[in-house]
Amino acid sequence: MATITTISEAVGANRIVPTVAIPYPVGNPDLGEREEAIREDLVKLAVDALGTAISKPTIFKSLK
Amino acid sequence: MKLEVQNSLIKDIKFSQTTQIIDHVFFLNKDEMIAELKKIQFVRDVKIDVAKPGDKTRIIPVKDCIEPRYRVDRPQGFPGVTTDSFQVGEGVTKVMKNVAVVTVGDIVGFQEGLIDMWGEGAKWTPFSKTLNVVVDISVEPGLDPHEHEHCTCLVGLKASEYLALALKDAEVDECETFELPGPGIEQEDLKGLPRVIYVQMMIAQGLLHDVYIYGSDAKKILPVLLHPNEELDGAVISGNCVAACDKITTYQHQNNSVVKELYKEHGKSLNFIGQILVPELTTMDGKFKMCDYVVKLCRMLGAEGAVVSEEGYGNPDSDLVMIAKGLEDNKIQTVLITDECTGWLGDSQPLTDTKEEAKAVISTGNVSHLVHLEQADTVLGNIAAISNIAGGWEGSYSSTDGSITCELNAVIGSTSEIGYHNLTVRLH
Amino acid sequence: MKKVVFYLNQFFGQIGGEDKADYPPHLEAKAVGAAAAFSKQLKSAEVTHTLICGDNYYNENKDAANDFIRSALEEIRPDLLIAGPAFNAGRYGMACAGVTELAHKLSIPAISGMYEENPGVEMARKYCLIVATADSSSHMREALKDLAALAQKVLDGEDISPERDGYLAQGYRRTEFSDKIGAERAVDMLLARLQNKPFVTELPMPKFDAVEPAPAISDLSTATIALITTGGIVPLGNPDKLQSASAQKWLKYDVDKLDQLQGTYCTIHGGYDPVYANEKPDRVAPLDLLRHLEKTGVIGKVYPYFYTTTGTGTAVANSVTFGQEIGQELKNAEVSGAILTST
Repeated sequence: MATITTISEAVGANRIVPTVAIPYPVGNPDLGEREEAIREDLVKLAVDALGTAISKPTIFKSLK
Repeated sequence: MKLEVQNSLIKDIKFSQTTQIIDHVFFLNKDEMIAELKKIQFVRDVKIDVAKPGDKTRIIPVKDCIEPRYRVDRPQGFPGVTTDSFQVGEGVTKVMKNVAVVTVGDIVGFQEGLIDMWGEGAKWTPFSKTLNVVVDISVEPGLDPHEHEHCTCLVGLKASEYLALALKDAEVDECETFELPGPGIEQEDLKGLPRVIYVQMMIAQGLLHDVYIYGSDAKKILPVLLHPNEELDGAVISGNCVAACDKITTYQHQNNSVVKELYKEHGKSLNFIGQILVPELTTMDGKFKMCDYVVKLCRMLGAEGAVVSEEGYGNPDSDLVMIAKGLEDNKIQTVLITDECTGWLGDSQPLTDTKEEAKAVISTGNVSHLVHLEQADTVLGNIAAISNIAGGWEGSYSSTDGSITCELNAVIGSTSEIGYHNLTVRLH
Repeated sequence: MKKVVFYLNQFFGQIGGEDKADYPPHLEAKAVGAAAAFSKQLKSAEVTHTLICGDNYYNENKDAANDFIRSALEEIRPDLLIAGPAFNAGRYGMACAGVTELAHKLSIPAISGMYEENPGVEMARKYCLIVATADSSSHMREALKDLAALAQKVLDGEDISPERDGYLAQGYRRTEFSDKIGAERAVDMLLARLQNKPFVTELPMPKFDAVEPAPAISDLSTATIALITTGGIVPLGNPDKLQSASAQKWLKYDVDKLDQLQGTYCTIHGGYDPVYANEKPDRVAPLDLLRHLEKTGVIGKVYPYFYTTTGTGTAVANSVTFGQEIGQELKNAEVSGAILTST
C-alpha cells in the first residue's frame, strides 16, 4: 500500500494498492467522519489483492 | 527587471551598545535584538550568540539560515510573511556579506542539522564560512507543532531584519547586477543563444517540510513562473525542514547558486529566460499534475534547455525523473541536480525512482556518507538533539570523548541540490 | 622491499595445459613465469612467492585449495596479492575471485586482471581491483604492464580511480570534493548538451531487480496476514531507538492484544509531516482495520507481530536485507500474506 506508486513499480513491487497521501496513506484527516469508509475500502482492496493471482506487477485501484 | 546587489563585507562581529557597521566590523546590541524578537507572538525566550569561522563551536539543531539584507528606498522584510506583500526583484539591495542568522530550537522529536565552525566538520557545510549570529528560540508551552514552526520561522526572519537595519548607512564594497528582459521580450544580442529555463523543485509536504513564496504555502499552488531576481530578493523562504543536508535554507534561496551560475552565462552562451518553482507534493495525482504543468510552462516559454534542481530525497526523486522525461520528450535538453542515498558503504542504488530519460545528472553527494566530528569546545543549542536528527542515531554522540559520528544527512547544506556546495560522487 | 604474492593457474604457472587442470595448489618461493615478468616492472617491491593451482582443482575443491592458500598467505603476510590475469577464461576468473576474496578476509589488498565479461568479475569486484584486460592471453604483455602500474600505486598508497588507472569500478559510490560547486557543473553539463558536445552523467540511473509475484492466497478466511510499515511507527517514546532517517535496522512488536495502534504508538519518521500519524498511527499502519477484517471473518488471523522500519533516506541495500530477514521470519511462521504500507 503506497502513495507514490511510480516508485513501487520502479523497485519491482507486485501487488500495489494506491493510497491517499504520504503522511496518511491509509487515511484522510480532511474527510472527518467519512474517513473510516475510505480506510476500510483501501484495506479490503489490499487483502483482496493478496487473494488475486497475478503474473506481473499490478495496480489494484479502488473503483469508488 | 534589474536588481543591484551591493555587498558590505563584514570581517568580524562584536557585541556593543549600538548596532552598527564600522570599518567592516559589525557591532551588535544583543539586548536590543532580544527585546525586539521577544515581541513576536508565542516567543518565551531568545538567546543570542556568535559563532565565527575557526571557533571550536558546534551549532545544533539548526533550523534555518538567513542573510541580512536591506532594500534601499523600498520596503524591508519578507513580503507576505513578515510584512505586507509587495513586488521584489527590482532596485537596489544591500547585503551584509559573510554574515548569517542561524536559528536553533526544538520543535518535534526529530530535528534539523548541525554546523561545525572548525576542523573536519567545517569542510562539509558552507555555513562554517559565515560569521553566524545564532538565535536560540524557545516558545511558550502548549503550542501545536505548526504554530511552533511558524514562530521559529518568524523569529529567524525578523532577526535578519533587525541586523539588516545596520546596512542602511554602511559602506558598499562590491556590486553585482542581475538583469533579464523576461522571456517574452526579444533582444538582438540574445538571438541565436539557446533559451534556458531553471526549474526549481521544492518540498511542499507539511510540518518541517514547507516553503513559502511571497508567503503563499507552496503545497497549495500550481507551478509558478518567477523572475529569478525575485528569489534573490527575498520572495522565497524556507519553512523548517528535517533532512538538513539538502534542505534549501532561506540564505540559499537568497543566493540561489543555479540562478547565479545561469546569470554568469546569460548573453554569452545561453539566454536565461526565467525560473519556475515546482512544489513536490505528497499525492501521486499531485505529482502527475505538477509535472505536466511544469513541462507545459517550459514549452510555452520556448525553452530549449533546462536545469532542474530537487529538494529532499525519496519521494521527490519520482517528481525529478518524471519532469526529466517530460522535458526530454519535448526536446528540451535537461540537466538534473540531486543527491543520493547510497548507504554507509556507498554500494546501494542512489535513487528511489528511475527513468532512462534522466541521462544528465549532477550528484551533490551521498546523504548517508559517514563523517566523524571531534569534540567541540562550545555547543550552541542542544547536543542531545543529534540522536533524533535525520542522519544521527542513539550513540551518534560519544559521551566518552565528546565526538559525533553521523551521516551527511545531519550537516546543514552539505549535499545542497541547488549545487551550492562542492561535493560530488565518483564511482570507485 | 615490499612483498607480493602472485596466484597463477596451471598453464601460466608453467605446469601444463588442460591435462594438468587438476593440479593441486603449490607454493614456489620465487616469481614464476608471468609473475617474473611482472616483478621486474615494480619499483619498490618484488614477487617473493608464486601460488599455482589447476583451474579444475580450485573450482572443484575450493575449501581444500583455500585452506592451502590461506595458510601460505598467513605465513608470508604479503603487502599485495596479484591473481591472474585471467583474460576471458571463466574457470580461472572464478579461481581468481575465490583467492582475492580470501585475501580480502585476511586484509591483504588484492588485484586481479580480467576481461570485463569474465564471470569472475561480478564475484571478485567487491574484494579486489580488477584491471580491465583484453579477452585473450595474446595480450599478456600489456596486461602485466597495466597490472604493475596499478600495483605500484596501491603499494605506494596513492589515490587511484577507475578511469585513470584502467580498472573496473568496484561499485562504491564515494562522496568527494569537486573543484567546482554543483550548480556550476550543472550549467557546464547543460552547455555541453546544447552544443552537442560529449558529457558524462555523474549519476547513471540505477536498475532494480524484478521479483516473481507470490501466488494468490486461495482462502483468505483461514489466512494469517502480517502488517509491516516503512512509516517509522514505533511505541510511544521509541524505546528501541529506531532512526528517523537512513534506518539501520527493523523492529517488531507484539500487537496481539491491541485492537489499534492509536494511543500507544507514534511515528519517528523524519520524512513526512508527523501530525496526522501521531494523531492516529493506524492511518499509516492500519492494525484497526485488519482487526476488523479478522473479527468479521474476512481473514483468518492477524499475525501477532507488527514489523516496522523507517523508509526515508534508507539505502536500498539495507531495505533488501530488511525485506529478506522479515520475509524469512514470516515464512518460518507460516504467515500467508503481508500488507506493507509505505509513506
